[in-house]
Amino acid sequence: MNTRPGAGQPYVRDQMLAEKAPPILAAGPLKWARENLFAGPVNSALTVLGVLVVLWGVQAAYPWLRHSVWTASSLGECRAIIAASWGEGASGACWAIINERWTQFIYGFYPSHLYWRPVLALGLLFFALAPLLFGETVRIRMAVLGVVTLLLVAALVQLGTGSGLSDLALLVALVAALWVMWKTPSRMLWFAVLYPFLAFWLMWGGSIWLPLVALAGLGVGWLALRATLGFGGLVAIVAAIVAPLIWWLFVAGHVFAWLDASLPVAIEAVRSDKFGGFVLSLTIGISGIAMSLPLGILLALGRRSDMFLVKTLSVGFIEFIRGVPLIALLFTASLLLNYFLPPGTNFDIILRVVIMVTLFAAAYIAEVVRGGLAALPRGQFEAADALGMDYWQAQRLIVLPQALKISIPGIVSTFIGLFKDTTLVVFVGLLDPLKGITDAVRAAPDWKGVYWEPYLFVGAIFFIFNFSMSRYSMYLERKLKTDHS
Amino acid sequence: MALASDMPKAGFRPSMLLYDTRYRSLTIQVVVLMLFMAGVAWLVDNTVRNLAALGKDFNYGFLWQRSGYDISQRLIEYSSDSTHGRAMLVGLLNTFLVSAIGCVVATVIGVIAGVLRLSKSWIVARLMTLYVEVFRNIPLLMWILLFYAVVTEAMPPPNAFRGDDAASSMILFDSVAITNRYTAVPDLLFSRSLGSLELGYVSLNINLVLLIAAVVGGVLANRALLRRATRIQEATGARPTTWWQSLALLFGPTLGVLAGLGFHLGYPELKGFNFVGGINVSNSLMTLAAALAIYTGAFIAEFVRAGILSVSQGQTEAAYALGLRPGRTMSLVILPQALRVIIPPMISTYLNITKNSSLAIAVGYLDLRGTLGGITLNQTGRELEAMLLMMLIYLAISLAISAVMNVYNASVKLKER
Repeated sequence: MNTRPGAGQPYVRDQMLAEKAPPILAAGPLKWARENLFAGPVNSALTVLGVLVVLWGVQAAYPWLRHSVWTASSLGECRAIIAASWGEGASGACWAIINERWTQFIYGFYPSHLYWRPVLALGLLFFALAPLLFGETVRIRMAVLGVVTLLLVAALVQLGTGSGLSDLALLVALVAALWVMWKTPSRMLWFAVLYPFLAFWLMWGGSIWLPLVALAGLGVGWLALRATLGFGGLVAIVAAIVAPLIWWLFVAGHVFAWLDASLPVAIEAVRSDKFGGFVLSLTIGISGIAMSLPLGILLALGRRSDMFLVKTLSVGFIEFIRGVPLIALLFTASLLLNYFLPPGTNFDIILRVVIMVTLFAAAYIAEVVRGGLAALPRGQFEAADALGMDYWQAQRLIVLPQALKISIPGIVSTFIGLFKDTTLVVFVGLLDPLKGITDAVRAAPDWKGVYWEPYLFVGAIFFIFNFSMSRYSMYLERKLKTDHS
Repeated sequence: MALASDMPKAGFRPSMLLYDTRYRSLTIQVVVLMLFMAGVAWLVDNTVRNLAALGKDFNYGFLWQRSGYDISQRLIEYSSDSTHGRAMLVGLLNTFLVSAIGCVVATVIGVIAGVLRLSKSWIVARLMTLYVEVFRNIPLLMWILLFYAVVTEAMPPPNAFRGDDAASSMILFDSVAITNRYTAVPDLLFSRSLGSLELGYVSLNINLVLLIAAVVGGVLANRALLRRATRIQEATGARPTTWWQSLALLFGPTLGVLAGLGFHLGYPELKGFNFVGGINVSNSLMTLAAALAIYTGAFIAEFVRAGILSVSQGQTEAAYALGLRPGRTMSLVILPQALRVIIPPMISTYLNITKNSSLAIAVGYLDLRGTLGGITLNQTGRELEAMLLMMLIYLAISLAISAVMNVYNASVKLKER
């Protein structure tokens, strides 16, 4: 059919029209604003309200922040500086208190010439956890560790380890660790086993034989396992649990005393009451996190067990811990433990608190993991049975990897809760950064009456830690996701 | 025919206790039981020996002794001549008071924040995200301490409200005064009060009982009315108009009781150094409740958001396809499904508020831990008894709330075969 326009023919266009720009309200920033800010009367009202709130916040906070004073020796001096430069009656932040006292907020009353030890312990934590946390590519792992090493070296140079020789030895050790991590990352798993003992020794100091003798308990367990493997799996496992207990409870003390007397190797010891600030929070938080996860998983498995007694005991423990405020448990640790232990026993308050915090978090983790186990389809358990796996094989290879993956958000928010709860140790006499140290600082005559700045400072550090933890859990969820939705 | 499943008839050997799955769990349980009993026996034995060494005994007689300390914030009659047991009761009621305020306010804040976080308004959604992230990632203790510091250090003392040209003025139509020691709020007074009923240990305020009875009665009558309307609708297809009857039933009895008792507000006035005529709420209670509410509101906001997001878009579309209006869609289709997701974590959050209220220690508010686990414990030196009783009470509260939650979960569970 002829499509050309002509006599008696309808008009038919044979050329494409040039594209027109879309209506101004349907593209670009205006479209975005119309859809996201003014999509109807209610939304517009909300947007206006939101803008007002933001403006009010800025108007309230901006002058205060702009008038900040960073160097002064007392609150009075701060106020004088603000009045001098911004006029009488101007209010401003006095960050000088942080500038002056930040070491206390971070280290508490840890001896200042030993600051490098907690810093080194924290840095090495990344080496210990690197194979677990940043595992998927060597590049990312090495990048993270490289940055950590650089920061660590900078911090150690700044703080000084006391002698040039130990500086050099540390540097060599760090580079060697990086090299091992690059070549044979699996070797570094041994470092993860070693790390708790090393960190303990760095933080508390004292004789090196104490952590080494404690570490030897693991070796004793391994030897017992190898020696009894011929008698059957169950016997070997029982032996591997009982032998280290015997070592720690009855043998280790004598071995330690003998070694310490015959070959004393020690660094300066730091008593627990010197711990404070974020050093204390991180010590309690990290050890609590590390120990509560395995305990929580065991409790969750116990709660789902077919064995009536195991189940009852697990349920009883979990419900008891979850029904009682942490403060009550901490007071139990500080007031009542002396009643429950053999007469004359007296052990470290930080250790007591760590134990209580661990038990507390473990009960919550048990509930989270139980949720993950319940969410797993029954077919998974049956498939494991059909393959002829025994209970532990099925849990280890089929059930837990999937259940834990489901539980990651809950587990991490329990960890965040645990880290936030480390501030409660102030009520049993430890110097947490939030109340213990802040009260100590605010009680000084120079800084009486200051409250926004220290709380904001400590709150901001808590926020950074917890926010990174929650972001890391999101990254982990994405990394472990196996479905295609 | 020989069945393969027939077990070989073999005698019992001791090794079967370990290697036969029929007996192994029994063996393990016996071992666990023995270990558990041994552990308990060890703890009890240590405790008995320690108590003997300290010359103490284990008894709760101190609960009936004179306490000798005052509690300024109290809901029932109490003086320093009352017993430690009474002090414990005051503390328990204080725990309930601050938790109840916290729960109600946190729910309001949380629901609003959770819904607004899903708002299409970009800036409002961002603000609510900021609120949730900031409050969830910073310890509750910091909020309590900060609020308390702000109120005690930045608010004026009561005498700043004095005179015609006062330095500070009261807010909300001259009815509320926030000072650095307390917040003076209007008192609820009855000019024709019926007094209270003495029932031995507790006294019952008849006004309050009447008021509660009127509210509950109104709600029950309203439910009966609505049920009748539904029955008529199912029988005839036409629903009778009920809104004005509902209004009358819901508010009529309450207003009637209030009018009959001569209800009016008693405004606080500055007399001498302090406000009188109203109720002076201590700042420790105010800041503790506010911090609990705002902190927990951030968690509730997340539950609400998750609950609303958990109802799939298809449900809304299906409801529209059936011809339901948006309001009915929300109340009949979306909410019942979202609430099933929202309520369980919400109840455990209420439980958390109750437990977190023990942070009252930071601001010196005398709750259960402050009385029984604090002053009473220190005065009598009965750590073991006081701590055990306190944990038992918290445990009982927690188990009661868990029981409520289980009942609720069973009632809203998807009915599956």
